[in-house]
Amino acid sequence: MHDAETTATTGGGIADRKAAALNAFKDLARDPGVPKPDPILVVDNVVRRFGGLTAVEVNHVEVQRGSITALIGPNGAGKTTFFNQLTGFDTADSGTWTFNGRPMNGVPAHKVARAGMVRTFQLTKALSRLTVLENMRLGAQQQKGENFWRALIPSFWRDQEEEITQRAEELLVRFKLDAKRDDFAGSLSGGQRKLLEMARALMVGPELVMLDEPMAGVNPALTQSLLGHVKDLREQGMTVLFVEHDMDMVRDISDWVIVMAQGAVIAEGPPSTIMSDERVIDAYLGAHHDAPLSESELEAQLQEAEAALEAEIHETEGTTPAPGSAPEPETAEERQK
Amino acid sequence: MDWITIISTTIKAAVGVETVLYAIGAIGLNVHFGYTGLLNFGQAAFMGVAGYGLAVTVTVMGLPFWVGIFVGLVAAVILAILLGIPTLKLRADYLAIVTIAAAEIVRLIFRSVQFKSVFGGSDGQRGFSDGFYALNPYPEGEYGFNLGPVPLLFGHRTMWVLTVGWILIALFSFVVYLLMKSPWGRVLKAIREDEDAVRSLGKSVFSYKMQALVLGGVIGCFGGFIYGLGYASVQPDVFGTETTFYMYTMLILGGAARVLGPVLGSMIFWVLLVLFYNVMTEAVGAGLITFLDTNQVGAMRWILVGLGLILLLIFRPQGILGDKREIAIDARR
Repeated sequence: MHDAETTATTGGGIADRKAAALNAFKDLARDPGVPKPDPILVVDNVVRRFGGLTAVEVNHVEVQRGSITALIGPNGAGKTTFFNQLTGFDTADSGTWTFNGRPMNGVPAHKVARAGMVRTFQLTKALSRLTVLENMRLGAQQQKGENFWRALIPSFWRDQEEEITQRAEELLVRFKLDAKRDDFAGSLSGGQRKLLEMARALMVGPELVMLDEPMAGVNPALTQSLLGHVKDLREQGMTVLFVEHDMDMVRDISDWVIVMAQGAVIAEGPPSTIMSDERVIDAYLGAHHDAPLSESELEAQLQEAEAALEAEIHETEGTTPAPGSAPEPETAEERQK
Repeated sequence: MDWITIISTTIKAAVGVETVLYAIGAIGLNVHFGYTGLLNFGQAAFMGVAGYGLAVTVTVMGLPFWVGIFVGLVAAVILAILLGIPTLKLRADYLAIVTIAAAEIVRLIFRSVQFKSVFGGSDGQRGFSDGFYALNPYPEGEYGFNLGPVPLLFGHRTMWVLTVGWILIALFSFVVYLLMKSPWGRVLKAIREDEDAVRSLGKSVFSYKMQALVLGGVIGCFGGFIYGLGYASVQPDVFGTETTFYMYTMLILGGAARVLGPVLGSMIFWVLLVLFYNVMTEAVGAGLITFLDTNQVGAMRWILVGLGLILLLIFRPQGILGDKREIAIDARR
């Protein structure tokens, strides 16, 4: 639905940007750290240790300008920690990285954002007791009224505030939050907060938008709309780097995928083929999962399976399960997620 | 029972010197806690360094009154910066621990035997307010009016302190109003909600927290001046932790993050306190209450005020001027 809308408004631009991004990746090797034609972000030897645990150890990785790059990996792969290093929310033990050729290691978080590299959070950080509109206004940079002395005299900042408000309202319309503009951000639903956080990040005017699990906790109805907005970012010339677990989403919107496991980048590639890459399957499912089995092992496994099957049949025929027992595994599974 | 006296002292308490000095302190605390979310438990220390800065400059060093005010202000700014540098980069609770400890250190230095020649030990300092009263435009006499049979009169010295005090309250409330409507205030409120989000939007959180700490400290220090001038003396134990806790009570009672919350809170707090005290003292004197004697009334009023505040927080947790919706959001988080 959203796609149709954006196509209608931006015309042929959409195909161009996507094609340009895909074209850039066309002949790239599938090796970790492969050089890109026009990288906006270049990372070298970033290491972060927590005591004895090495959470991140990335030798080299580049992010192509104007593309949507996904960062995936199993739980505990160090994706979010890596994000935190790059955005200045945590200090790396060693390593260097450049954004638009400018070295960014050791730069505090607020200066990283000012440089044009803006992130969102896995757990949304809506500013609950500020209105939606105030949340948006906060994102604007170089505000005259954010200086203490000038704040005291409204005529210094009133004009700029009006411009900011207008820009905020346009974004709110785009993100379908305009009806909520005067509500407290704390009263929004989970998905609306994600939308607000993304819209607020755009108020900063970023070149590189870094989304940490943009789909986590979003109801399916909003997923499509969120996907559309992420694609929109590329159409407007921004670069997107996002962490995500949902493979359907990764396949749908990303131009390139970087896979992390145990702190390191283990593979890169286009989304259509990355999940069939041996290194990626190993990382997700463990190595040797498909090594051929010996005759006796096969036999034992077969028996085991049959026994389990029989036990199940007995159970369903014999006793009806107690009302409380059935949903239990489901909730346990949910908790694990 | 002498109802005329009870009503008179109660109404006077609504605008009295205590109300003024606590309201000013609480306005500063509102900037810290209400708007920025800084848990400053050492507001009394800001009042203390200001009061003592003035007192010591005038009595010990023999310098003029205005120099004393300047010294007090500088002392408050330095205290804010000293407290802020090590703690503002840490989590909110560290600031609470450090400020409460620092306030006690300040108080214990003021009352120490070692520095008795400077700060006057537990007796404090007196005789520094002449410069202030020399500026008094009110000729000697009683000022006020009679509300029916109830006399509402203040002496000319109290009148001068109250005039200055209420002008300061109006000024500070107006400054807080202007600031909190501005983008600067928006950053403070955002920091209260979530520091990391504010960082991710390109604002230096440390710098804003420091500005808030200094601003609230400087406003609060005027409460210390009013104390010193209103009672023409300073004693160390006045600037103890309970003073800070009373200010928190007033702030929450009136409504935190509301411009007039701390002022209204301070007025209600002192009105209730004085009303309970007078009614009970009179009732004990008239033999209506037999299970208390007059010495116990002082403690009893605190118990009743505490009970009243508990009930208020249960039935109106947002305070008198607060917004119910905000509390609802808080509970859901």
